[in-house]
Amino acid sequence: MSKDILIIGGGISGITTAVEAAETGYNVTLIEKNPYLGGRVAQMNRYFPKLCPPYCGLEINIRRIKTNPRIKYFTLSSVEGIKGQEGNYEVTLRIQPRFVSQRCTACGECARVCPAERRDAFNLDLSSTKAIYLPHSLAVPYNYVIDEKACLKCGTCVDACKYGAIELEMQAETKNINVGSIVVATGWQPYDATRIDNLGFGKYKDVITNMMMERIAAPNGPTQGKILRPSDMSEPKKVAFVQCAGSRDENHLPYCSAVCCLASLKQITYLREAIPDSQAFMFYIDVRTPGKYEDFLTKVSGDEKVFLIKGKVAAVEEDTKTKELIVEAEDILAGKKIKVQVDMVVLACGMQPNNGLSMNINRDKNGFISLEQGNGIYAAGVAKKPQDVASSVQNATGTALKAIQSIVR
Amino acid sequence: MDKKLGVYICSGCGIGESLDMEKLSKVATMGYKVPVCKTHPYLCGEEGLGIINSDGEAEGVNTIVIAACSSRVNHDIFAFDTNKIMERVNLREQVIWSQAVSEVLPPNNEDTQMMAEDYLRMGIVKAQKTELLVPYKPEGEISRIILVVGGGISGMTAAIEAGKAGRQVVLVEKEQTLGGFAGRLYKQFPKQSLYQSLQLPPHEILLKEIESNPNIKVYTSAKIKKIAGGPGLFDVTLEQEGKPSQDEAVQFRVGAIVLAAGFVPYDAAKLSHLGFGSSPNVITSVQMEDLAKKGKITRPSDGKEATNVAFIQCAGSRDPNHLPYCSTFCCSTSLKQAIYVREQNQDAEAYIFYKDMRTMGQYEDFYIRAQEDEGIFLTKGEVVGVETIAGNNLAVTVENTLLGENIRVEADLVVLATGIVPATAIEFITGEEPQPTTEECKVEETTAPKEVIIRSDILNLDYRQGPELPQLRYGFPDSHFICFPYETRRTGIYAAGCVRHPMDMSASMDDAVGAALKAIQCIELTNQGKAVHPRVGDESYPEFFMQRCTQCKRCTDECPFGAINEDEKFNPLPSLTRCRRCGTCLGACPERIISFKNYSIDIVSSMMKAIEVPEEDEEKPRILAFMCENDAIPALDMAGVNRLQITPYLRVIPVRCLGSMNLVWISDALSKGIDGILLIGCKHGDDYQCHFVKGSELANYRLSKVKETLDRLRLESERVKLVQLSINEYDLLPGIFKEFMETMEKIGPNPFKGF
Repeated sequence: MSKDILIIGGGISGITTAVEAAETGYNVTLIEKNPYLGGRVAQMNRYFPKLCPPYCGLEINIRRIKTNPRIKYFTLSSVEGIKGQEGNYEVTLRIQPRFVSQRCTACGECARVCPAERRDAFNLDLSSTKAIYLPHSLAVPYNYVIDEKACLKCGTCVDACKYGAIELEMQAETKNINVGSIVVATGWQPYDATRIDNLGFGKYKDVITNMMMERIAAPNGPTQGKILRPSDMSEPKKVAFVQCAGSRDENHLPYCSAVCCLASLKQITYLREAIPDSQAFMFYIDVRTPGKYEDFLTKVSGDEKVFLIKGKVAAVEEDTKTKELIVEAEDILAGKKIKVQVDMVVLACGMQPNNGLSMNINRDKNGFISLEQGNGIYAAGVAKKPQDVASSVQNATGTALKAIQSIVR
Repeated sequence: MDKKLGVYICSGCGIGESLDMEKLSKVATMGYKVPVCKTHPYLCGEEGLGIINSDGEAEGVNTIVIAACSSRVNHDIFAFDTNKIMERVNLREQVIWSQAVSEVLPPNNEDTQMMAEDYLRMGIVKAQKTELLVPYKPEGEISRIILVVGGGISGMTAAIEAGKAGRQVVLVEKEQTLGGFAGRLYKQFPKQSLYQSLQLPPHEILLKEIESNPNIKVYTSAKIKKIAGGPGLFDVTLEQEGKPSQDEAVQFRVGAIVLAAGFVPYDAAKLSHLGFGSSPNVITSVQMEDLAKKGKITRPSDGKEATNVAFIQCAGSRDPNHLPYCSTFCCSTSLKQAIYVREQNQDAEAYIFYKDMRTMGQYEDFYIRAQEDEGIFLTKGEVVGVETIAGNNLAVTVENTLLGENIRVEADLVVLATGIVPATAIEFITGEEPQPTTEECKVEETTAPKEVIIRSDILNLDYRQGPELPQLRYGFPDSHFICFPYETRRTGIYAAGCVRHPMDMSASMDDAVGAALKAIQCIELTNQGKAVHPRVGDESYPEFFMQRCTQCKRCTDECPFGAINEDEKFNPLPSLTRCRRCGTCLGACPERIISFKNYSIDIVSSMMKAIEVPEEDEEKPRILAFMCENDAIPALDMAGVNRLQITPYLRVIPVRCLGSMNLVWISDALSKGIDGILLIGCKHGDDYQCHFVKGSELANYRLSKVKETLDRLRLESERVKLVQLSINEYDLLPGIFKEFMETMEKIGPNPFKGF
């Protein structure tokens, strides 16, 4: 029997479950597939509706992790196998090589000399880093990492590192742990916008996704927080926000992701704050700002340069002569088809639960772990249902108690 | 404890190349006669740590100063026994990285050296003054029982889940039976995949679980008369209906509280514009449940079966004249009730008029199910009138519909989808407000803006600042509702369900589990003498030197968490298990009588005194920034990481919160010759980011009083400035300092230099 808890996923939900359980007095192991903790929220510029930076809460949570001896965490890690039952699970973890040991002081000398580059997935490929890089400025652990695919194995960084931290021969390892309960907080990925044929993503450079918009607006993002469109790095004056891009749609995601309306309203404030003479057009089916978030809709829609148009976008196309983007939609309330010329289009893509765990989990038809598993395995956050950060934190806190119940039983 | 200091200076990460290490060491050995001072090129490595540890064993070093990187990194590496005092001096991010000319050109000049030496002095002084922490143990016995207030779905769930974790629970419900609002429902809308079929409400299953769980004690027809004390020590007095006698009052002690007082439906009497009151056939969604539960949906006017039912969404919701917010579940509720109508009679028709259909997440499937029903008509539109026509029928006029025209629908029953009002938003006037006595009126006007606390007669806390939770808006409790939704401003009291935020039953049940966990956790931490969020695990706490207290009431007024009561002579009575350790009381106290063992007026003043202020003719001004350690200090680190250049004339002192900023520090700094002082803290206002909610706002308020001090010293008011900064605005810092330096240049050096 084990009194420990395994938490799979080091985003805001997994972090929350981990710290809440540990602070209640239980030992937890938190594993994360990326080389850093923080997950999707680390990529966000601000939270709705307060427009505050996610790093603020993340900083507290990370301090909670670092100062609590009950929490062990492993990055670049995944579950390779699980045996056993509630109260006694044998879990095999696989830890991918970081190629940089904990001797790293994050002084940055290695990246300065590294000759190879990689696309920066943290910035949705909108920029690049060296092959040896610090995932982001608040990364935990605060150590560099080598992207194996980009690395030339030239050894320049090895010579530059005064601390002997770089080990190009580092191998993947496996580790067995014994836990009493397991929390799946594997989060989500944005719906693949290239699959939405009519909205021009992948075809036109200035059609971007909402996650890309977060990085563009972030001070530590590819444009240092300046709102610039990708094609010519100019300031877009007219931006269309296309809601339900691949959501509430039988051909894509049939459900509503519960966050995209608020996320777009938030991104409209980025645009309006950065470019005072800009205009925002938000095309929606229903504006879904539940509860107290209604105040945020009231605030943003009160801006006279923000236009909310009820209607699903039929197509985004480029004018062959002027190269301008044209958004075609039905303005339902006006009862007519409209075409709006814009400089940039932001697709509000929904959230798809991450899959690919090597364990048996009962998922609903959309891939969420919404049903009780009944075996000491619980889901938290977006792995459970589409929801925002506040709700994810809420149910990740409760999931900590569920996981504790499994081991005190 | 007899302190033996060891100072360990790291020369790695470019520190050695940028600073004269020998000179720096002399600050410790010569300036402060530190017995052990060593430098190492890689202090966080095994060898470096080994030196520190063996000095502890062999030399008896028990007070360690690490001059290396930011305390935000290598936290786990530079972790020593709790019987040692440890202080970090940030030479990397805050000195050499923020002074670097570029990533390849390290700084190496007099100014950088002076900066490093000052920080080392401040670190040594702080380590000298800091005392070992002793966790707080209250006098009374700590209870591990959890009190759940409210026996609806949320409260029942919280009780059951805490009980399942082996905890004792007392559940208090004001009505005769448990179940709350769920008990009135005929059915609930589907809460699980495939989100198609209506389900029975969950209260009966929960009731059975409660009855079979010996850990849960239930009081019905009971309300809370008084709660005194704090986490671990809450003394609860109950009042039970039918048992009025004082001496029979039920009293017990609990460790933490879950507030699940639920909601009441919005008062439909205020919705006369939608026909309520003018026809008995205009009912609310709650009355609709009553009808459905009775077995047949009939018209109140004549008992005739309702076959044409119109549902009006957002009846009094999303409306600035009524409830400005959305209650989240009314859309799904009306879809459910439309299905009641259709299931009762296949020929019946239901019309739903909505502003936006809000079936969030996978409830979308339920919406699709309703759309596929040929007898349910859904349209966006604004209902402009409901009138009674012949035969007690009703005509509903709707504008701005999707059909592009105004429509008029005849119905035999109109259902208003009314929203929710949290129980905490409803004011009960329980007798006269206590009038201030004449003596009280004479007491000097206190500083902090008064908190609005709605006297909702639910918790009846015996707290000086008011009997209920401070609210944020609309009666929902104040919290950092995105990142830390459970943390109310009354320690050990966690809200769950619709009293916290509008939510459906499934979300309420989820919410209750989390609140139960927080209650358990609070008891565990309190029992260990540790703070809860946001300084979770902190073992320091404020100590009051009462002999010098002047009963000015500032600390009792300003504590954002209501941790300090007062006696009849206005002496503060701190309840330390309620304390969040922010130090706001320390900042408020004009007599400097409040101290933590590792954070006090004296410690910070001594750190300031350790700064060497050059003579005026050296033309090296000094500005001092008190920076909030939660957000502003991390931002300063990130500025260093990004090699943003910061003026070498700056010195920084981290504070727990700007709320802990005592004005005496400002006059101390100015009389020492510091040219200007910046206070950098979190944003305040409606969307505040202050971790302690009120800290930066209070600092701003206190600052309005600083002018007196400046006038007395005949100094310009521009010498003190408060700046609000978010953690991610590190890029603004160089500009903030530069601008302030320019102001200082304009007004000239502080005339107190050299005194």
